[in-house]
Amino acid sequence: MQCDICNKKKATVHLTEIVDEQMSEMHLCEECARNKSAQMEQQFGLGDLLAGLSADVGKGPLKGDDKNALKCSGCGLIYEDFRKFGRLGCGQCYVSFKEHLSGLLRKIHGSNRHLGKTPFGVKPEVVTEKAASTGTALPAPEETVLIASDNIEDLKKQLHAAIAAEDFEKAAKLRDKIRKMEQK
Amino acid sequence: MKIEELLNHTGEWLRGTGPSAHIVMSSRIRLARNLAHATFTNKAGKKDLEGVFTSVEKAVAKISLFKGATLFRMGDLDQVDRQMLVERHLMSHEHASNPDGKGLLISGEEVISIMVNEEDHLRIQVMRSGLNLTEGWDMINAMDDALSKELEFAFMPAWGYLTACPTNTGTAMRGSVMMHLPALVMTKQINKVLAAISKLSFASRGFYGEGTQASGNFYQISNQVSLGHSEEDIIQNINGLIRQVIEQEEQARQALLVQNKPMLEDKICRSWGVLKTARIISSQEAIELFSMVRLGVDMGILKHVAHKAINEMFITIQPAHLQKVEGKKLNAFERDTKRAGVIRQKLGGNNV
Repeated sequence: MQCDICNKKKATVHLTEIVDEQMSEMHLCEECARNKSAQMEQQFGLGDLLAGLSADVGKGPLKGDDKNALKCSGCGLIYEDFRKFGRLGCGQCYVSFKEHLSGLLRKIHGSNRHLGKTPFGVKPEVVTEKAASTGTALPAPEETVLIASDNIEDLKKQLHAAIAAEDFEKAAKLRDKIRKMEQK
Repeated sequence: MKIEELLNHTGEWLRGTGPSAHIVMSSRIRLARNLAHATFTNKAGKKDLEGVFTSVEKAVAKISLFKGATLFRMGDLDQVDRQMLVERHLMSHEHASNPDGKGLLISGEEVISIMVNEEDHLRIQVMRSGLNLTEGWDMINAMDDALSKELEFAFMPAWGYLTACPTNTGTAMRGSVMMHLPALVMTKQINKVLAAISKLSFASRGFYGEGTQASGNFYQISNQVSLGHSEEDIIQNINGLIRQVIEQEEQARQALLVQNKPMLEDKICRSWGVLKTARIISSQEAIELFSMVRLGVDMGILKHVAHKAINEMFITIQPAHLQKVEGKKLNAFERDTKRAGVIRQKLGGNNV
């Protein structure tokens, strides 16, 4: 079978396209397939998808001259470029674009609170966002939570209070502790 | 380890045992990690990438969990070698192009692999046979802990691990389960099942992950959401979903037996016959037929055929593997001929 595009080489890639519920098949050689896939990526790139999601949370200057453009203080990535390509340039981008990303993360994940593990030696309460990106841990702030009680009912009350106060880090810890105790 | 040594065996995850191995081929967990002080790979220059590679190389050498593992530099491998690593599910398709600063760590039994300088600085992966995400998580969690003692990862308490793409931010974990669902396909229920999966914010992909079409009735199901849930919760959710899909597939298999056993047996035995005797076969056709054979083994219709032998064929009949075995480049026609030969030899059809 010859390639449907160049009509020269043997077709070894078989592509099924569905447009408006119409299914069509294409048989392509490797080279034409590669070009076709690059085209498709441009059409349906993740960048556009993310840009679509974040369009309405945009605050502050996005375009304009270089001076006004929203820019990462770490790697120099311009926010507009993130919207185009869908990739951030460094950890500091998350701090520089915090306002925009907060809404975007919520749209993607349905939440913008990390409840998973933390790296070795990093205590969630004692690292500020700035410290995380520069790597230096700051001393613990006053409000650092201590989960001292061993009474399950007491812990559950604390859990509800933490959720109500939107202190999800504390809530996660309490939840894990309660779960552990219930397993015993 | 030399790259050629991989050809002497296949990954431990293909052994065809473990929970629900009749429907679940393998479970995979991957974590994305970036170094705190380096720009992400898409914005990094050659020098930055080299710096990341060296840091990872040093860290890995200090960690006992990685004893016996080998760290390859992509630049040292040719195109066929790289393609072979993709076919073995040890790295992504993207990782095979533009080798600058890229690396791949592989453990002896191919359970662990780490892509260096892919979309994120580290993409750590653990593969297990059967439905075994929990065991995979325990392993990868320990490795991640060990790595985080040597390397400082980009992390924010509020948003977790920071990744190049915000779809991975948070746990930066993806758990995916490779399922073989021929009966749901044959009874035309698969689209309903896949629609339900995507409604629950899980993704389904083909045999080779992102951007690939399902072939051989294999579907890879994975979590989409990585922020707002703990790793254990995400795994529990995937497990719950997968168990339901397993149940559906089992019911569909029973239905096929009850409705028309002779037709099912005929389809399976014909597939076996073609594989054993064909002289020219494309990978697409071979994979479809092996899917039927795998179903036949699972349902006890084909006896005396080992699960492992069939699972391995899905990997070893791929183009780069054939070319490595042959020791030279083969064009499409030569590959189809070689493939048929390899299959006949494996299935004992050479006496025909």
